[in-house]
Amino acid sequence: MEYFLQNLINALQWGSFYAVISIGYSMVYGVLMLFNFAHGDIFMVGTYIGFGIASLLLALCSAFLPGWMIFVLTVVITMFLASFVGVFVEVVGYRPLRGAPRASAAITGLMIGIIFETGNLIILGAQRFSFPPLMESISYNIGGVYFTNVKVLIIVVSLVLMLALHTFIQKSKWGMAMRAMSYDFLAVPLMGVSINIIAPLTFAIGAGLASVAGILYGQAYPVLDPYMGILLGWKAFVAAILGGRGSIMGAALAGYLLGFIEIFVAMVFPSTFRDLIAYSIILVILTFRPRGFFGMAHSTRLRL
Amino acid sequence: MDKIKNFFRMFSVVPLAGWLFGSFVAVLLEYYLGDAISYYLYLPKIPVLFGTLIMLKEPMLIPSVLAYDLIIYALPILLLGKMLAPIANTIAARLDRMPLWVATLVHLVAFYGILHLWAGINDYRVLVVKLTMVSIILTISLNIINGYQGEFSCSHPGFMALGAYTASALTLLLFTDDKMFGEALLPAAMGPWLFPLILVAGGAVAAIGSLAVAIPSFRTRGDYLAIISLAFMFIVKSAVENLEILGGPRGLSSQPDYASLPVVFIWVALCVWIIHNFTTSIMGKALNAVRDSEAAAHSMTVNTRKTKVTAFMFGAFWAGVAGGLFAHVLRYVNPSTFGIQKLAEVLAMVYFGGLNSIYGSIVGAVSISVLGEALRPLELFKWIIIPLILILVMIFRPHGLISFTELNVKEIMRPRDKKPSEGVE
Repeated sequence: MEYFLQNLINALQWGSFYAVISIGYSMVYGVLMLFNFAHGDIFMVGTYIGFGIASLLLALCSAFLPGWMIFVLTVVITMFLASFVGVFVEVVGYRPLRGAPRASAAITGLMIGIIFETGNLIILGAQRFSFPPLMESISYNIGGVYFTNVKVLIIVVSLVLMLALHTFIQKSKWGMAMRAMSYDFLAVPLMGVSINIIAPLTFAIGAGLASVAGILYGQAYPVLDPYMGILLGWKAFVAAILGGRGSIMGAALAGYLLGFIEIFVAMVFPSTFRDLIAYSIILVILTFRPRGFFGMAHSTRLRL
Repeated sequence: MDKIKNFFRMFSVVPLAGWLFGSFVAVLLEYYLGDAISYYLYLPKIPVLFGTLIMLKEPMLIPSVLAYDLIIYALPILLLGKMLAPIANTIAARLDRMPLWVATLVHLVAFYGILHLWAGINDYRVLVVKLTMVSIILTISLNIINGYQGEFSCSHPGFMALGAYTASALTLLLFTDDKMFGEALLPAAMGPWLFPLILVAGGAVAAIGSLAVAIPSFRTRGDYLAIISLAFMFIVKSAVENLEILGGPRGLSSQPDYASLPVVFIWVALCVWIIHNFTTSIMGKALNAVRDSEAAAHSMTVNTRKTKVTAFMFGAFWAGVAGGLFAHVLRYVNPSTFGIQKLAEVLAMVYFGGLNSIYGSIVGAVSISVLGEALRPLELFKWIIIPLILILVMIFRPHGLISFTELNVKEIMRPRDKKPSEGVE
């Protein structure tokens, strides 16, 4: 039982990364009907930006600012800066391809991702950086279950972010525009909502979320690597599909589900079987429920 | 601008046979005089890949490399091509009257001779040519699924891995004394003769594996199929990593050297021929019909399920063959070869060259592989330049460079001194 609870906390932490990143995929899909294949690398760039800001703040302001203040400042500044990366990807890679076949946009996304990875290697070199800890790690032991305050923070911050995003999309005017755009992206521009404003906004929000996921990831696994976005990004993409394309809630839930599957498979089987079993489960789920958990029925069969 | 146009118009009368003849002379020249010329031009040795490697490493040598390229390649090809155009046109006209397969065979043999002489200069060229040809097969086979059939399949590295592992396990089991598989079961002399069968077996395993993606494609298309195929790729990779009998993450090595240059070349020629016939057959047209509108195709009595399964199995078969060849060219495979990186590479080749076109796939595969090798001295910057080129191609030609074009062998080989005859002869 304790072992189970221990792994439950690990799974919640691991699922939080997937959930926050996969929301970025899902939002872009909702608006543009396209997947942003550079999103994993946006996450990577976001993590490096967070690393830079955190190091800078720790060096300059740690004398007169409390620890939590530095954390909040890092998150806010990083989100702000990373959102420009998202806008950049939209303007360079996706805007020129509005009328083009969807696969072409997927290729540009992939290529921008490769450019980010290589650019990182060229600018920063092959040395590995280590994300500075933004708070002291304190371990708790409740009834035999160990957890650190970092884990709790990761889970709580992810949930708060998702809740904030949900409120933004449901309540604000911009959120309404986004929902309308995902409902019908041909009619809404006629109502005076420009897709060239909504699409960059979506990319920016997705990138901001991904960068926060990056900071949290850096707290849990401090070693940074230019290729770190590939694995996490593709898995989050899988989660976004599994949740149902364009469904933000579905993406978040599927992210957690993927985290649970991976951790619990590793609990029962040798850890090398993790990918094998996780993807087999996904294959089975998608074979029997091809539109994911929350996806709208979207059959190409009826299109004549 | 006009001058350039006139320059090109000068060469419009040269048929393919003329170009082949010019290249043959150029290659002969390099074979016999390459060493001497590179010595007088202060080059350390004969430049591989037209000297791009030397030019990028040592800018001081750029003039001599350019001079070398001019003397060895440009001048003989252009001059001889132009001068011998009348003779070449006569030959082309004579070949044109013969059955198509004879003419094609003559051209292919001539082309192979040139390639053999060119690649024979050093081993690096042989390797580059072999790998390029393997990626041609791979690209064309992916084009069946992604271009002709119109799905977005990400499982090609998985099919390739199935073929590569089946073929290498078979050759290691049957023809070599190996630590993992024990003594050879058959005499090693039979190996090269049974190698085609082994490749076909690898292709067949890949084709059967592709059912795991093809059957879900009855119900879903687009993004979900992309994920299913992606999951399939990860499953194959992860399964191979966990199979200790196939070497686990260490992979299989020391496959016998069966994939020589002529073998690979024959397989590429076969692949282009068969796939071209397939795509121009009724089934090939059915693929296009299902891509453009499944419902309309269905109402026109196209069996959509059969079409989808055929497309996937056929594409996967050739991917498996390419995988088998790949394993025997490198004589080493490990699971991490068949990951996301390979996927990005193959997708880039298909979408760069152009959808729905064999011709485009060949162009895409050759240009991306040769570019990848030629820019090698730039190290990391290579991975900025190639993606940038692809992004630009996607922005200005969203369907790829040469898309929706049929490969017309007769048209390529026809004599150029008079207008092509119109209508039925």
